[in-house]
Amino acid sequence: MKYVDEYRSGALARNIVREIRQVQTRPWVIMEVCGGQTHSIVKHGIDELLPEGIELVHGPGCPVCVTSLEMIDKAHAIARRPEVIFTSFGDMLRVPGSEADLLTLKSQGADVRVVYSPLDALKIARANPEKKVVFFAIGFETTAPANATAVWQAKREGVKNFSMLVSHVLVPPAIAAILQAPQNRVQGFLGPGHVCAVRGFGEYEAISSRFRVPIAITGFEPLDILEGTLMVVRQLESGRAKVENQYVRAVRREGNRMAQELMSEVFEICDRKWRGVGAIPKSGYRLRSEFRDHDAGRLFEVEEIDTQEPAACISGQILKGVKKPHDCPAFGTSCTPQHPLGATMVSAEGACAAYYLYGRHLRKEETGHVT
Amino acid sequence: MCLGIPGKILDCFESRGLRMAKVGFGGIVREACLQCIPEACVGDYVLVHVGFAIARMDEQEASRTYRLLEEMGQLNELKPSDNENGA
Repeated sequence: MKYVDEYRSGALARNIVREIRQVQTRPWVIMEVCGGQTHSIVKHGIDELLPEGIELVHGPGCPVCVTSLEMIDKAHAIARRPEVIFTSFGDMLRVPGSEADLLTLKSQGADVRVVYSPLDALKIARANPEKKVVFFAIGFETTAPANATAVWQAKREGVKNFSMLVSHVLVPPAIAAILQAPQNRVQGFLGPGHVCAVRGFGEYEAISSRFRVPIAITGFEPLDILEGTLMVVRQLESGRAKVENQYVRAVRREGNRMAQELMSEVFEICDRKWRGVGAIPKSGYRLRSEFRDHDAGRLFEVEEIDTQEPAACISGQILKGVKKPHDCPAFGTSCTPQHPLGATMVSAEGACAAYYLYGRHLRKEETGHVT
Repeated sequence: MCLGIPGKILDCFESRGLRMAKVGFGGIVREACLQCIPEACVGDYVLVHVGFAIARMDEQEASRTYRLLEEMGQLNELKPSDNENGA
């Protein structure tokens, strides 16, 4: 497909790797922020194709993974109600809460429906006026314009039986939290291409200059990731720290202004708890009070939920780039995608699940390849 | 989760006051909301995420980046490769 196939050339990938090898004089640790990039890296074996000493560590950029257990339990409590049709992206269905997952609730009679788009959830609300239709609004800045549009449109049309349980998270505060952690190893970042297509990269320039860290806003195809890595290594080797845009075909510095206006009309910034990481100040979106009639968190009284994560899980350290899945004794043994213990195993974009999916629990070292 | 797929706008229309489009993804056609890309029109490529166009793909930039990557390879051909040691 146009804009996809040409960015998967194996021959070009080997050329970029050779270029990185020529530029590199010492080891560097680079974090890819986005879960989609993590998935692409592990799928194509890009981390294993890179020269020795260039280590890619996997960031917290999987919104399914970092949705807090409390929020998932809250979603489940709402989904169990007989008057509710609970709608969600498919990724959330198998994510376990304290007791069950949405698929199990569905098998027990809850009306849980997977939607491709939040606008589909709004359609379900229009078609079922006697029911309360709740959409589980998770995601980063990439997803926020779509979710904002659905609730904005519901208010405009007066679709009163449509509401959202909002658990949005924001990337820049998470990057700042990683860089401020005392055990931080990350020296450069591949920035999240699609988040920046929406938000632009002004916020990343502030982070880059504040922490003296190079950032390359990067796409998702193998050549994008390799070129982004080359950009960061070049900066690290020459002692520079700025934001470069590898993903120019989709990202402009100012981002998508109309999407930003819509997001700020519907959402406001709030503190948010990230699964595996903990609370990060000003790292989430919630609905503005003008949209309170569509705020499922307010409409459905849910008892205070007390949750506890398994002690064996090291997902918090993996999300911060301090450890890798293989460092965990539970990885691939007591923790698998079928029975995940924590954040990084619950979705295919989590680092542990991606490693498992592509067979890395079966081996320690192997030469990767890009096809 | 932040998956965005480039697709070609085949048709634009309005639905309940929202600007919408039929977008082709290599043979598959789906509806996408164009509310935030008002300038996009039939024939343009847009990046679609959860049924919502978030950016217009810049065709010139897409081919320019690719050309630069290709050129990097061609320039590399002029440099001694890792396996060559001047023999």
